[in-house]
Amino acid sequence: MFGYEFYVDTSRCIGCQACVKACEECDTHRGVSMINFDYLDRPNTIETSAFVCFHCDEPTCAMVCPADAIKKGEDGIVQSSLKPRCIACSNCVLACPFGIPKLVPEYEQMVKCDMCYDRTSVGKKPMCATVCPSQALAYVRSEDIPKLRREKAINEIRFGNEVVKTKVFMMVPQDGEDRISLDAADYMWEGEPNEPGTIIAR
Amino acid sequence: MSLEQLSRDKIESARRDAALWREEFSIFKADEKYVTRRQLTKFLTLTSLAMFAGNFWILTKSWLRKMTVYPARAVARVGEIPVGGVKLFKYPGPNDQCIMVRTSEDQYVAYSQKCTHLSCAVYYAREKNQLICPCHNGVFSLKDGSVIQGPPPRPLPRVVLDRRGSDLIAIRMQDMPES
Repeated sequence: MFGYEFYVDTSRCIGCQACVKACEECDTHRGVSMINFDYLDRPNTIETSAFVCFHCDEPTCAMVCPADAIKKGEDGIVQSSLKPRCIACSNCVLACPFGIPKLVPEYEQMVKCDMCYDRTSVGKKPMCATVCPSQALAYVRSEDIPKLRREKAINEIRFGNEVVKTKVFMMVPQDGEDRISLDAADYMWEGEPNEPGTIIAR
Repeated sequence: MSLEQLSRDKIESARRDAALWREEFSIFKADEKYVTRRQLTKFLTLTSLAMFAGNFWILTKSWLRKMTVYPARAVARVGEIPVGGVKLFKYPGPNDQCIMVRTSEDQYVAYSQKCTHLSCAVYYAREKNQLICPCHNGVFSLKDGSVIQGPPPRPLPRVVLDRRGSDLIAIRMQDMPES
């Protein structure tokens, strides 16, 4: 849908898993959810997070695919692997920095979130964003997001020295960094503080 | 130099060093150069259908040509030309030049004058008793129009003549079988 973008705000996630169930009910992949749902630190907190595919500008999954099976459309959506080509080698599963692609052994194929291509291509919102009660997963017009949220939307995520630009936005605190690190290793101190290539965590 | 700059430089240099395989196996759907199985099948089906239609058309055309009715027309009078003499006439259409040769006292032969090679006009060479096309030195037999020498691929079409009283009548054109 033109003008609409996907926004993920994990701080809003209440762990209801409505997105997981809604995704499972899709006719194109019935019973397999494309949502990456996580309990962050289950013994100590009730915090949960739900992610969809980030649809990177330079998708690592597609770049590592030895069978040329993962393609990115003109709309910026990185699609599931093409059935005639996918050899179920799991390269993409291992390469994706977000851990999004899933190898389904019964399909012998990698499947991933394609932002409900069947829905968004005909002007409907992705199913997960439609059902999310707290709008932790939201599909709204990009000009509306400053009115709706206190947080700011960023789409550059850092893994060590690599910056990954994505189509899907993450909501971070207004005073937070413009590029956030998702990798826990980025917050560990390594090497000399001023050495080039060292990340200093805040 | 900031970390972001470093990272950007790294991506840029990777783009510059992009190998051929990266271009050939592009991650973008729009760059897909390979035809899918379905496209190939569609191409094969439509092409063979077109070939069938083309063959059918050729068949129909040759069948129609065989069905052509030729007019019977008086083209010369008996004794009009001497033995070894030549008369040019037009048969069956007004633009189809033909050549008639009196080979003996009571024998006449007539052929289309259009050489079967590139449609130059053939002439009767009396000393050799042959029909010769001067363009590329094609030589036809006067007896049955068959190719004796040169590039023509087929014999000359023959005009079948009939004698009615003192008139020589052209009845039809006859494609001579290739020898």
